[in-house]
Amino acid sequence: MRRIFTGILTFSMLLTGCVNSSVGTQSRLELIKRRDSLICGVSGKIPGFSFLNRNGTYQGLDVDICKAFAAAFLGSSQKVQFRPLTAPERFTAIRTGEIDLLSRNTTFNLSRDSSKGNGLIFAPIIFHDGQGLMVRKSRKINNIEELAQKSICVGSGTTTEQNINDAFESKSLPYTPIKYQDLNQVVAGYLQGRCAAMTSDRSQLAAAKSGFKNPKAHIILDDVLSKEPLAPAAAEGDQLLSDAMRWVVFALFTAEEKGITQSNINEKLEIARSNPQMKPLRRFLGIEGDLGEKLGIPNDFVVKVITSTGNYGEIYNRHLGPNSKVPIPRGLNKIYTEGGLHFAPPFN
Amino acid sequence: MKISYNAIAQLLIALLVIFVICILINNLTLNLIKTGLGFSFAWLFRPASFALAEHPLPYSPSDSYAWALFIGWLNSLKVIFYSLLLATLIGTCVGLFRVGKNALLRIVSAGYIAIIRQTPLLLQLMFWYFVAILGIKETITSPIGDLLSISNQGTNFLGIKLSAEFTSLLIGLSVFTSAYIAEVVRGGINSVQKGQWESFRSLGLRESTGLYKIIIPQALPAILPGLTSQYLNLAKNSTLAIAVGYSDIYAINDTIINQTGRPIEGFIILLLSFLFLNLLISNGMELLNSMITKSNNP
Repeated sequence: MRRIFTGILTFSMLLTGCVNSSVGTQSRLELIKRRDSLICGVSGKIPGFSFLNRNGTYQGLDVDICKAFAAAFLGSSQKVQFRPLTAPERFTAIRTGEIDLLSRNTTFNLSRDSSKGNGLIFAPIIFHDGQGLMVRKSRKINNIEELAQKSICVGSGTTTEQNINDAFESKSLPYTPIKYQDLNQVVAGYLQGRCAAMTSDRSQLAAAKSGFKNPKAHIILDDVLSKEPLAPAAAEGDQLLSDAMRWVVFALFTAEEKGITQSNINEKLEIARSNPQMKPLRRFLGIEGDLGEKLGIPNDFVVKVITSTGNYGEIYNRHLGPNSKVPIPRGLNKIYTEGGLHFAPPFN
Repeated sequence: MKISYNAIAQLLIALLVIFVICILINNLTLNLIKTGLGFSFAWLFRPASFALAEHPLPYSPSDSYAWALFIGWLNSLKVIFYSLLLATLIGTCVGLFRVGKNALLRIVSAGYIAIIRQTPLLLQLMFWYFVAILGIKETITSPIGDLLSISNQGTNFLGIKLSAEFTSLLIGLSVFTSAYIAEVVRGGINSVQKGQWESFRSLGLRESTGLYKIIIPQALPAILPGLTSQYLNLAKNSTLAIAVGYSDIYAINDTIINQTGRPIEGFIILLLSFLFLNLLISNGMELLNSMITKSNNP
């Protein structure tokens, strides 16, 4: 009895220690500015999205989005610290305030957005993905039906886990999920032959495949099991930060739409300065108006962002374009004028 | 008079403790409400909608989160129970070899203990799973005829099917804990006075008889407390199951927290279930201890 009592006492003390008592009304954006550094949660394990390169720095689409935020909020894309997080860790990290924002292949869905769910607030979707299945060519499996009764390697704590179950259950196909906490373990389990197939977002499958010894021995099945719109996110209830994030992403899209790139930004700036009649461009680049100030960040944030990371298309091509290590066709990820889904509201 | 002072002091301390607990719980709930989390266990009865590879009782994704957690607890219990038996068996043997007369066995067991104790458990589990078990590939090997067959899909031992994940976790936990148990056993046996060995030898008893009749009964009271703490460690270490894809309570809780966004409630359940499990183990061992002490001193 005494043991139980002391146990409970210590336990409740520990619990209270976990709670951050300074849940104030101040925006995280102010904190980021005061710290003069942005703490960004990334995966760190997905080539093309966020991956540690040989120089020990992170690279990828998700990483460049963080850099764009840092450039907009703090004026320099260097003022960002990356925190590699596993899938199950990421929501706790953002809810407890360990990181400022999440840019980590996170699927935008209802449970994660709602305040009674994971309590996040999402920035616009930066990558439209879908869940797929990868198998060995030698297994001669062509569709999901042929995977019945087989083991499937899957990462735990992801929407992937739920989708694979929905997909198999709706077809009444029995299967055995082998769950690992980490994508590297999923890959290891699959390569060691524990599972007939591995499942993840198709972009991640392509990224994983690019690192295999013999990528051609594996194929990604045509079945697309789900919509996986990936978006950066912040903790709910922070209007200032989430507004700023939203418009930084929109700025990346708009710059591509307007043909403003890293190499011609100074030229465009000159043109805007010398032509007072080009109102929309002047507003977008912060030469007139107070669009940045309305968001609580400098007026010229678009210039800072494009100078340091380039527009959305440039970021995409750098990490996922045809000449990159992880080529993924742009498909839905084109700008809307070219038939894709990326669309930004006007900068007015 | 003395007694009443004492009673008042005890009452005050009890009140103080209750007061502190109230403040802590109040603080926690207030903060939870502030962050918009609230405190609720209603989600426990919603359908889990994820499948499990191993379940000792019937389970389907339309069962509740509570049932999924219970299945996870049973999975934990299963692996803890069998590794406990196996670890005790290996540990006792190695411990006895360590104090035995056979020089070769002594050296081998000392080497075994050194290697196992000086590498991290996580590394060992990864080794057993990704290298040893999954490394076998799909060709089925049967080292002792039909009794045992191993492939990277799992093990079949006397007709009982064990998954690759369970097998590697069982081996990993048992081997790791057995090295510590061996040292506890050796320490216990060494604590018996040298005179006891000399006296049974002078009575003409054989080495093995003397060991079982004279030495071990005296060593047990010294061994049991150490053994208990190793058992508790084993139970807690079983949460590393997540590294090798075994669906223990920790791994299932991990998925649930992610789906429901309720980390605090999830961890409370996890902590309570481990508290309960470890209280079972430690009280069981205490019972065993008192039985042995009684039979030694009737």
